[in-house]
Amino acid sequence: MTAARPVVQLRDVRKSYSVGLPNETEVLHGITLDLQRGDFCALMGPSGSGKSTLLNIIGLLDRPTSGTVAISGAQTLGLDDAALTQLRGHSIGFVFQYHHLLTAFTALENVMMPVLGNAGFPNAEMTARAAELLDRVGLTPWRDQLVGKLSGGQEQRVAVARALAMKPALILADEPTGNLDTESADAVFALLREVNTTEGTTVLFVTHNPLMAERCDRTIDVIDGRVVTRGR
Amino acid sequence: MKPTGTVGGAPTAATASTPVPASAPTAKPLQPLKSWLPFEWIVALRFLREGQVQTAFIVGGVAIGVAVIVFMSALMTGVQANMVSRTLTGQPHIQLTQPRETVRPLRDNVPGLREGAILQAPLQRVKSIDQWQGIVEQMRTVTGVAAVSPSVTGSAVVIRGNASRAVLLTGMNPDLYYRIVPLPEKIVHGTALVTGTDILIGIELASDLGVGVGDKLRVTGVGGVGATLTITGIFDLGQTGANARSTFMALRTAQSLMDLPGGVTTIDVTVRDVYDAETIARRIAGAASVQADSWITTNAQFFSAVSAQSMSNTSIRFFVGLSVAFGIASVLVVSVVQKSREIGILRAMGITRGQVMRIFLLQGGLLGLSGAIVGSVIGALALTVWQKTVLSADGSPMFALVFPVALFGWTVTLATITGLLAAFAPARNAARLDPVVAIKG
Repeated sequence: MTAARPVVQLRDVRKSYSVGLPNETEVLHGITLDLQRGDFCALMGPSGSGKSTLLNIIGLLDRPTSGTVAISGAQTLGLDDAALTQLRGHSIGFVFQYHHLLTAFTALENVMMPVLGNAGFPNAEMTARAAELLDRVGLTPWRDQLVGKLSGGQEQRVAVARALAMKPALILADEPTGNLDTESADAVFALLREVNTTEGTTVLFVTHNPLMAERCDRTIDVIDGRVVTRGR
Repeated sequence: MKPTGTVGGAPTAATASTPVPASAPTAKPLQPLKSWLPFEWIVALRFLREGQVQTAFIVGGVAIGVAVIVFMSALMTGVQANMVSRTLTGQPHIQLTQPRETVRPLRDNVPGLREGAILQAPLQRVKSIDQWQGIVEQMRTVTGVAAVSPSVTGSAVVIRGNASRAVLLTGMNPDLYYRIVPLPEKIVHGTALVTGTDILIGIELASDLGVGVGDKLRVTGVGGVGATLTITGIFDLGQTGANARSTFMALRTAQSLMDLPGGVTTIDVTVRDVYDAETIARRIAGAASVQADSWITTNAQFFSAVSAQSMSNTSIRFFVGLSVAFGIASVLVVSVVQKSREIGILRAMGITRGQVMRIFLLQGGLLGLSGAIVGSVIGALALTVWQKTVLSADGSPMFALVFPVALFGWTVTLATITGLLAAFAPARNAARLDPVVAIKG
């Protein structure tokens, strides 16, 4: 019996800035990491440790200087920007600290946006999917509100719903609770946990809060560009 | 059931499984997304709507620019058409005459011989165009030629009692000549019909000689041949000089008075596009052994003034268009900066560079298009007001303003293209944004 393919597979990933220049700096030093389907991992580390760079590389927003990255078994080395964009759109959902919702659109439309951008034209199916997701995050009454009129916690829940729109295998949550009060933070965390439990979605949860990290299945510590601990 | 063609705006509470809290909003929902509208259009329109003050200002700016272009173009076209029309009312577009007689020294270019030769300019005799019937037929086949009319022109003296005046007589075939010079429209008394013993004179000449329709005049050509003709019509060409000197009669009558039996001195040609006259004249001169002078040559100063006017109009339009382009570009540059985080998140969601580029190109095109439509309406209104308020002394409009549909069509098209071109650089910058940098802001 063969093991299931990891959702994220990093092999000896290095990332340098100012490559070839005297001030060349390596910020990730040969990271090897696997995230399996259904993992719920906290990613911790001090500022400047390289965790944002690692997150960007896992999220296919940035490319490693060397090493390989595979998402759901698909090797990304050598893929052009269009192919990376497509893989990212279909496989990865993002939740950022500053939700980055599109303020010109309603909550429902924001949730529809990834599917709409992929399909080209709106349709009833994607609307129903977005409505279902908003219902799941408890925002149905606000679905037709411009997101600027929502509270911070509500906005972040919309962002979570949006991240789920394409039914991704992986959700990258970059300090999604960092700007929320305790109640809202708990609600967002519970939401991600529920998605992880019910759909088997892999979640990589960046946080500075040890209490939040405690509630995850695994903790990955990044210090000075290296993964120094795994598990608890 | 959802309305046909729209998605995303279905009733909320009715379909929600979540209980509606007391704090639930009651605001009117936005217009639902249209199922026929592509993603890029939806985002572009929403971005424009979101920055509605900014959008309104730039649409206003584009509209003013387009209104100036429409107003100026229509005004200049009207002015020029009026001026050209007035200038060409009493003359053909091209006049063919026998080549001027020249003299050459007999011993020109004889090697070794140095001799002072005095060249005396020859007298230009009144003579018929050689083989004029063939040339007339040939002219009718020339592309761009609308009408051809052979005529005899020359000097004559008209006598009425003790009064006499030197005049320019023109003998013509009315059926052909009136297609070139619409003399019947200029008749103020009598008729434009002429037979062998009839003559048409201008109102100034009629006044000078104290004659009217039905009176007789003694007309004597420069060769001394004379005839008594009956005035059948009095015309007003709009110019005092022309009304005092011009006379028209049947071709045969003029041939007799000018002692040119069966001959013609000029072949008058009208072309479809007056501004093509010079080109056609050159073509004719190359093909037939005649001298061809277009109205552009014979009215060189006037044409030069018209050309200068056109050029200045074009320059103004160009610079107005340029300022419109810069206005749109500057708004979109700012918009790209303002929206950089949103662009970054769109890219993170799997939106391609091409889609991002199209979103901003569309915004440029839409700004140009909407500004052009508003500007065209403003321009048309300004033209209407101008026509009703700026009147000539008799209370009539100074001239007929033209509202060509093509002008509006071209203006809207060009403004849209200008918007697209102006948006290109900002759109490319947006598409090239590194999502990591953009999201960080």
